Amino acid sequence: MEGSHFAVSNPGAQGPRLQRARTRRSTGEQIIKGLLALAALLSVLTTTGIVVTLIKETITFFGDVPIGDFLFKTDWAPLAGGEQQAFGVVPLIWSTLYLTAVGLVVAIPAGLGVGIYLAEYASPRVRKILKPVVELLAGIPTIVFGYFALTFFTPNVIQDWIGIGVDVFNGLSAGIILGILVLPTIASVSEDAMSAVPQSLREGAFGLGAAKWQVVLRVVFPAALSGIVAALVLGASRAIGETVVILVAAGNNPNLTFDLTVAHQNMAAFIANTARADVSAGSIAYETIFAVGTTLFVMTLVLNLIAIRFVRKYRQVYE
Amino acid sequence: MSATAAEAQIARRTVERAASGERWRDAAFRFALLLCLFVAVLFLGALLVDTFVDGVGILSWDFITSFPSRLRPEESGIQSAFIGTLWLMALCAIFIVPVGIASAVYLEEYADRDRWWNRAIEVNIQNLASVPSVVYGILGLAFIVRGPIDVFGLGKGQPTLLAGALTLGLLVLPVVIIVSREAIRAVPPSIREGSLALGATQWQTIWKQVLPGALPGIATGVILALSRAIGETAPLILVGAAAFQRFNPELDGPFSALPIQIFNNVGEPEAIFRDLAAATIIVLLAILLLMNSVAIYLRNRYESKW
Repeated sequence: MEGSHFAVSNPGAQGPRLQRARTRRSTGEQIIKGLLALAALLSVLTTTGIVVTLIKETITFFGDVPIGDFLFKTDWAPLAGGEQQAFGVVPLIWSTLYLTAVGLVVAIPAGLGVGIYLAEYASPRVRKILKPVVELLAGIPTIVFGYFALTFFTPNVIQDWIGIGVDVFNGLSAGIILGILVLPTIASVSEDAMSAVPQSLREGAFGLGAAKWQVVLRVVFPAALSGIVAALVLGASRAIGETVVILVAAGNNPNLTFDLTVAHQNMAAFIANTARADVSAGSIAYETIFAVGTTLFVMTLVLNLIAIRFVRKYRQVYE
Repeated sequence: MSATAAEAQIARRTVERAASGERWRDAAFRFALLLCLFVAVLFLGALLVDTFVDGVGILSWDFITSFPSRLRPEESGIQSAFIGTLWLMALCAIFIVPVGIASAVYLEEYADRDRWWNRAIEVNIQNLASVPSVVYGILGLAFIVRGPIDVFGLGKGQPTLLAGALTLGLLVLPVVIIVSREAIRAVPPSIREGSLALGATQWQTIWKQVLPGALPGIATGVILALSRAIGETAPLILVGAAAFQRFNPELDGPFSALPIQIFNNVGEPEAIFRDLAAATIIVLLAILLLMNSVAIYLRNRYESKW
């Protein structure tokens, strides 16, 4: 399902389009075409709306806070009062990237493993059962993962079974569960990529006497590499933008530290947490939402554009 | 399985056996893959079992029909959130079905891909599909709730059901468009050519031939999109959905929803709220499971073989 988001249509598939001669009815046809185009345009308006909203308030924000202070200072306390208030976004970006990294440490090997298994090893019957299970995992609302991280994974697994003395709100639990959250994305996109590798490549390798693991790791994997990179980038983009797991399980302040046993907060969780406080429009706290939102939007946009490029590449090669 | 595929299978098996020196590495690699799969399934299982164990004791008809209460958690229910979620789903569907299908038809059947604006629309939709949901929340907060769009009093500066539904609709619209396009593309060109050759106009061809053929795929896409919409928490937090609401939502009034109720229950300190959250999760997952079953049924029952 995740992979299909990036389907690039194949213009050649429909062949030359048959056109009717112009008749009286064609005015109606033109109106319909116009209406349909209008609907398609709505998505462009959505993007415009997002960009305009973000930029407008962000500019106001930078009228109050110098852009250099925002990007490079390491004190972050936008909701504090008076002297304590500080707008250095570095800790927030650090916590965001750090939690994402922890998630990816879990999600990349496990997701790729699941993807490889489904594409190369599973028999059609096993595949038919396992694919929906993976999709089921992908369809569970993220608040459920947050609940699981806070009420089970942190106290029972990390504190009791493994015995690491983490705080109630900590980066370790949130990061690992974040990884489980993006695992299906990585698994399903990478599986699509590997399934698109033509059978002849595998047969050629087998014919040369390669063992199965060699065929998979040295022939199929490299052949599907652009799709696999796309899977990883998409997974990273999803992890960076995740809100609720972090909000529920990781706590409410970012931390410029490698220590995972303490609270962390990512940009999305900051936005949601600040908006929850029902800040009044026009206040500096309200504008901070947009400045952080712009930062997040730009980061995910770059990742998505990279992913789209890579997906295009592998589709062009094998379709 | 076709004859050639069967032969390939046999050939592969023979060759694999020939490389017997590598067999233990093969086994190790296979074991590692199975371990990954095991981890994924284990987490899924633990998550479902844990939630079920925590919440099943609270689940009852009273739980569904009572209003949530922060003061008397033992009598707390989810009625306003449940109704809110159903409303969001319905309103979202009213919005995304026509707009999503129209966009998909335009892009697949009309758009000339040599024009830059059509390609721009395509890339734009792909990008929108992976913009973080919290960013849509910002759009909903600043543009719909407090902003310039004033539909049915949406711009009163108050979080309303319509504002929430519109935000969620915009969020899942790309999913509907992308899945619908695939369904439309799967209708073979020969169907269109046949219809056009019989004198139908392009729109008649689309309306009478292409869309009916693509309908199961489109319906699946719509259901998937709706199930994503009702599971979203972050945009609703931004838009200002209420928790512990003691009355049912109206179109232009405050509203609650299941994910928001779960989120706020989790945030309460007393242990009983956790169990309330778990019970609410069970209800939400049951709705999602039902929707997905319908999608799978539609796909299997009506999928056309061309």
